[in-house]
Amino acid sequence: MNHFLTIEGLTRDDLGSLLDDADEFVEVLHRPIPKVPALRGKTVATMFFEASTRTKMSFEKAAKALSADTMSFSPGTSSLSKGESLKDTVLTIKAMGTDAMVVRHTATGAPWRIAEWIEQPVLNGGDGAHQHPTQALLDALTIRQHFGTLDDLKIGIVGDIRHSRVARSDIQAFSTLGADVTMVAPRTLLPVVPEVFDAAVSEDLDDVLSDLDVVYVLRVQAERGGASVFPSLPEYTARYGVTKERFSRLKPDAIVLHPGPMNRGVEIEGAVADDPRALILDQVFNGVAVRMAVLFRLLGGEHAE
Amino acid sequence: MQSDLVLAGGTVLTADGPIEADIGISDGRIVEIGVDLDGTETIDCTGAWVGPGLVDIHAHFREPGQEWKEDITTGSRAAAAGGYTAVVVMPNTDPALDAGHLARFVADRGAEVGLVDVKPAGAVSKGRAGLELAHLDELWAAGVRVFSDDGDVVADAGLLRRAMDYLAARGGVISQHAVDVGLSRGGHMHEGTVSSLLGMYGIPSAADDVIIARDLELVEVTGARYHVQHLSTASGVAMIAAAKARGLPVTAEVTPHHLAFDHHAAEGTNPVYKMMPPLRSSDDRDALRRGLMDGTIDVVGTDHAPHADHEEEVPWEHAPNGVIGLEWAAAVVNTFVDLDQAAFFDRLSVAPAQIGQVAGHGLLPAIGGPANLTAFDPNREWTPVVTLSKAQNSPYLGLPLRGKPMVTVYGGVVTAVDGAIAGGIA
Repeated sequence: MNHFLTIEGLTRDDLGSLLDDADEFVEVLHRPIPKVPALRGKTVATMFFEASTRTKMSFEKAAKALSADTMSFSPGTSSLSKGESLKDTVLTIKAMGTDAMVVRHTATGAPWRIAEWIEQPVLNGGDGAHQHPTQALLDALTIRQHFGTLDDLKIGIVGDIRHSRVARSDIQAFSTLGADVTMVAPRTLLPVVPEVFDAAVSEDLDDVLSDLDVVYVLRVQAERGGASVFPSLPEYTARYGVTKERFSRLKPDAIVLHPGPMNRGVEIEGAVADDPRALILDQVFNGVAVRMAVLFRLLGGEHAE
Repeated sequence: MQSDLVLAGGTVLTADGPIEADIGISDGRIVEIGVDLDGTETIDCTGAWVGPGLVDIHAHFREPGQEWKEDITTGSRAAAAGGYTAVVVMPNTDPALDAGHLARFVADRGAEVGLVDVKPAGAVSKGRAGLELAHLDELWAAGVRVFSDDGDVVADAGLLRRAMDYLAARGGVISQHAVDVGLSRGGHMHEGTVSSLLGMYGIPSAADDVIIARDLELVEVTGARYHVQHLSTASGVAMIAAAKARGLPVTAEVTPHHLAFDHHAAEGTNPVYKMMPPLRSSDDRDALRRGLMDGTIDVVGTDHAPHADHEEEVPWEHAPNGVIGLEWAAAVVNTFVDLDQAAFFDRLSVAPAQIGQVAGHGLLPAIGGPANLTAFDPNREWTPVVTLSKAQNSPYLGLPLRGKPMVTVYGGVVTAVDGAIAGGIA
């Protein structure tokens, strides 16, 4: 593995082995001193061309827990605003000396382009509405911790799948790991050709609710999409919001996940988000562990495995 | 008789069909067609199809205003190397070619360079802004016969209708960039399986089709000549066929890239495959190939669209639309579509010269006729690795092709041989 760009094409064994590594880093993170020297002397650059707080902090925390140094780039303060090309920006950061780049970009495919220009590993921290592979790992890890396996679990992904990189990576990871995935959304929020994904489709959340083991609630991305894709937020909540009432109709051991940041009262009611069966903060914690696993896999050299 | 120049041993496409013959050229004219002709200079064309110099009805030379991408000199060189003797250049320059003096500037610059006839298309609207008619009379007086807001659709049906009414009696042709604004907004590639996987906004086939359907109604009303640029959809091909069956004065164009590729080329998000309209499904591509073969699609237009390297060194969604293609268009068509010699020169020379009213071009070789000629070897296998354009945004660099322009003769002078500008030519 030279880069970590996408879930697409990874096998069940590939994913399982990364999750197994992540389990070990979960143990590290629970130690009194949650840090190992595995990547001492390495530098990881986080290059977030799109604003992000949690993913960037999570990658930085992961790198530091492996004793790597970090440097970061954010577009607001960079020469991008002075018209520098993406390639020049990347080559500039590379020239400072970095062993890996974590890239988030609003444009689909940007991490692949960057991987053409540098030899160092590139980690996709989210590109457009395309892929967010470490999110899929942390989601899979959270589900596996709870149920022991993803095999035959019924997972409903609810909301703006069309504009969601989380959904694309999750559907591919969950289905590869044996789960039955259903995409739940109005047609304007489904992929235009939903058949490209190994998942069922429903436009009616109430119809599928009682079968689900996992309800994966996507954020309503008002800032994306531009055009109006549903009539109003209240109408969205009425059909697709995970309310207390809908939560009460779930199986007793079903769990709720959300990639954050949440719009309480829109796609998820506050009381649901705060319920012990909403594992949203576990997801955040696991994010650090899976990012440690990926960084270690790419930069750990002969010590890996 | 000794001619100045003899193209020897090719298969010459005459009005009576292809014949094995030499062509003798003196003083810019064809003076002899026969065997064993004697020339001051003789070029061996054995194995090549010889016919009228190729005519491109749709290219971008970027001058004036965007000379970092291309200029009339480098564009003309690429054209000559590709077998072209005349090129209609689009008016989306800076400023837009919306007035007579601007069109004259472009034509004059082309004449100064002297490698091909550079025929400016004029804008339909002032500044290509889609609000008011451009200076259509001035443009006409400057020799403009093709009118287009290319790069943008003429979105306002009322404006388009007025332009059609104004030009109909004279026979000017409106060349439409048929992509609906509302349906394409935010889109960067064909809406379909690949865009769904990539999570990228798509441009549905309907974006092209609704404009074509609307415009055909206006052709019915006005009787104006109407040309659809860069047809990309199977349903577009069907609409053109139906309009022709109704007798409407409608023509259509396809680009080499829409014949060669489909939307799977976008999977790697390499912007050399980004164009407008986008590469569509394999069914669309196959319909375009069939349409070109059966004549529903009249011409190949290169949509040669140069962009600088730094403009391409960005993610797909930030890259500009378009690819260059003048040097390889004939080879790409020959590689992906099975045209015989007559159909090949029809789609690449005769028909585009007629549609664009490009005088002195697109004429089958005949004694006394102008010596604008191309020799094209349909069996030569090669892989392009360099370009004469300023730009390199090409999906054809590195792509094995069959067929190569071997000799280009413009006004009786050899401008290019085997893909390079002939020695002694500026």
